[in-house]
Amino acid sequence: MSEAVAMHEESYETPLTPESWGKLGMWVFLVGDAMSFGTLLAAYGAMRYSSADWPIPEDILGVALSGFMTFLLICSSVTMVKGLEAAQRNDVDGFLRFIGLTVFGGVVFLGLQAYEWSHFIHGGLGFAANPWGSPLFGTTFYVITGFHGMHVTGGVIYLACIWFKGRNGAYCGENASHVEIAGLYWHFVDLVWIMVFTFIYLL
Amino acid sequence: MAEHHRATNYWAVWIWLAVLTILEVGVTLIPELATLYKAILLTALAVGKALLVALYFMHLRFETRTLGAIVLTPFVICVFLVFMLMPDVGFEMRESPIRAEHVESDH
Repeated sequence: MSEAVAMHEESYETPLTPESWGKLGMWVFLVGDAMSFGTLLAAYGAMRYSSADWPIPEDILGVALSGFMTFLLICSSVTMVKGLEAAQRNDVDGFLRFIGLTVFGGVVFLGLQAYEWSHFIHGGLGFAANPWGSPLFGTTFYVITGFHGMHVTGGVIYLACIWFKGRNGAYCGENASHVEIAGLYWHFVDLVWIMVFTFIYLL
Repeated sequence: MAEHHRATNYWAVWIWLAVLTILEVGVTLIPELATLYKAILLTALAVGKALLVALYFMHLRFETRTLGAIVLTPFVICVFLVFMLMPDVGFEMRESPIRAEHVESDH
């Protein structure tokens, strides 16, 4: 009987049957989310390519601050994997330190984005107003960086919850997959920023 | 699988990401680089960075091939989307007299 049950269960194993269903769920969500960002960036490219008076983004946006923001997210990605590593080897202090640093990085990123946005708004770049050329530049810039900023906000809240609920070691050892799933989301936000930085700020 | 995770040197990945970011900013500083070459270089560097994040930080390298195929799908669709839109928005509108008129009336 038990053999029959075992065989029955085995027949339900597919190449996608994961160690953790939450992890697969997060991956599927991120694939959909990647499509949202991909569509926004493709639309940006299409509008820019068809516009005769698109400004050179670098002249308006500058590279120094956004370059530093990119570096900040890269650093917070490293602290995220280090936090996961600590959680997996049951090191609660290390987990709290690294996840805390990750949350801190996210908060600083959001602060810099708020500073950057207010700087541009005072400079005249509005949602439908752009003194340097096509107003669609303002629209696409605020929609794409805003959509990404909301993802960072969500990630900061998500990781703060993981930090708070895991402060007694609840997510360490064999429960570390909760940290891994949160990490997937955070790295994805970093990955999207790499694309946004390249296609909106640099190109 | 867990052994593979531990073998990854995350600080090395971090250094690579930082170096590629510096290279990206460097590309924008090259004077009089044609837009096409600039676009190709920057896209290649960005894809390299994205791969580093996905393969090592998100452990995709140690996941099943099926998951890799699923993750690759939206990126393939997005590349397709860009090249499908290009002939419509670019080549036609650049040459279109309506477009030229519109631009003139702006000034």
